[in-house]
Amino acid sequence: MLDRLVGIFLIALARLLTGAYANWLGCKPEVCQRLYFANHSSHLDFLLLWAMLPPRLRYKTRPVAGADYWNATCLRRYIIQRVFRGVLIERGGQHAPNHNPLQPLQEALDAGDSLIIFPEGTRSLDGEIQPFKAGLYHLAQSNPQVEFVPVAMENLNRVMPKGELLPVPLVCVLSFGAPIVLGAEESKADYLARARQAIVDILPKR
Amino acid sequence: MKLIAHLPDFSAHVPAAVRETTLHLFMGIGAVLVLASLIGLILRWRLGRDNGVVANLNARVNAWWVMVAVMGVALLGGHTGVVVLFALVSFFALREFITLTHTRRGDHLALLACFFIFLPIQYLFVWQGWYAMFAIFVPVYAFLLMPCLACLGHDTTRFLERTAQTQWGLMICVYAISHVPALLLLDIPGYAERNLLLVVFLILVVQSSDVLQYIWGKLYGRRKIAPNLSPSKTVAGFIGGIASATGLGAGLWWITPFTPLQAAGMALVITLMGFAGGLVMSAIKRDRGVKDWGHMIEGHGGMLDRLDSVCFSAPMFFHMVRYFFTP
Repeated sequence: MLDRLVGIFLIALARLLTGAYANWLGCKPEVCQRLYFANHSSHLDFLLLWAMLPPRLRYKTRPVAGADYWNATCLRRYIIQRVFRGVLIERGGQHAPNHNPLQPLQEALDAGDSLIIFPEGTRSLDGEIQPFKAGLYHLAQSNPQVEFVPVAMENLNRVMPKGELLPVPLVCVLSFGAPIVLGAEESKADYLARARQAIVDILPKR
Repeated sequence: MKLIAHLPDFSAHVPAAVRETTLHLFMGIGAVLVLASLIGLILRWRLGRDNGVVANLNARVNAWWVMVAVMGVALLGGHTGVVVLFALVSFFALREFITLTHTRRGDHLALLACFFIFLPIQYLFVWQGWYAMFAIFVPVYAFLLMPCLACLGHDTTRFLERTAQTQWGLMICVYAISHVPALLLLDIPGYAERNLLLVVFLILVVQSSDVLQYIWGKLYGRRKIAPNLSPSKTVAGFIGGIASATGLGAGLWWITPFTPLQAAGMALVITLMGFAGGLVMSAIKRDRGVKDWGHMIEGHGGMLDRLDSVCFSAPMFFHMVRYFFTP
């Protein structure tokens, strides 16, 4: 109950600051299992994407976030685990040889949840979209039943650039593109490039 | 009117001198909106749901219900209610304006100051009734301090352009709009406690002018008046809209300190300024390649799409009233 209220408060705050607006271009906000992948420029990103989903989808959709950042303090841990029911993944290299960082994501998908991921792996400094990490491809390979929806988040690098503490209120548009499907013969590099291009294509031009 | 007896608690912040007049005005506006909604229903029934113009008309009318309700709630809050409403309006307008400018990372601190320091302080001066500071705070203090803050970003790329755009936004969205609640500061002999009605007069005349220009334009508009600046403004809309809004302003003389002729003169100046303001703001939109400033208000676009005319008419109206009607 309290967790829901905190969630609603954070959503209201994010909407007041960004006047965010969802543009459903290539799909509709339907109830089905999805993996939303978006460009990443600020800590507000997944909150806003989450806020733009209608409530009936929102509580079935879990953001994927870096454990190193979100486990660092009590407040962050509370927000990511209780309010957003986030899926935390370990970033960086030092793991046991058979450790699969995608394991928690696969478990969430197997449980029927939808996910929000940022395939660049980290926040972009200048708003340019960086190359995607391979995780997206592996997830697409093992989860053909899930819709992979590209989401272009405009202006968030201006609202809260990496390294700044306070957000500047600007209007942000979140564009939801058509789901992209992994081709039978498609290589990893081709798929990742195509997924990245899908976001570039729906990013509003200024 | 007996109805007023049932509303004593709600209207406690509204000076007694204007309660009944305000209620009557809102009943009048309500009647016009009921008529507009009925016409919208009939048009939808006759022309079908797929007609884009009719759908947009209905969205606009529905948004008007909401805007009138918000304005009504603000007036119930009296002086403070009006100041808070326009502070929020400024916030949303500035948000839309800065979104379309080419600011860079180095402007972050300067932009934070615009939203969270300059804007609240300007409205604090309005709320306090400190005229001198209200009049110079943005054009002097914010004007000089803002570029100093932008320097802290250590980025010289297009520095003058970025700074000028932000300052222009601050002048239009904060300074100009704050002249609406500033009407409450004016001390007009024989008009004590009635200043809320000046706010109603300004908003009603300017917004009616926009609506009337739209109606005249849709009914008789053939030739575009400034096709490069605004594709929707026509000669018929301009002449018919300005003339009928001036007539409306003259008809509202009884809520103002003006004679009917003076009210017509005031209405003519503010509707002309409003029209010109619409062209200026439209020129900026065209240059940026967008149709609307935002999407806050269904059918209208953004806050600035609705407020562009008020931005340009409010300071003129304020100073004309101040010059001619205060000692």
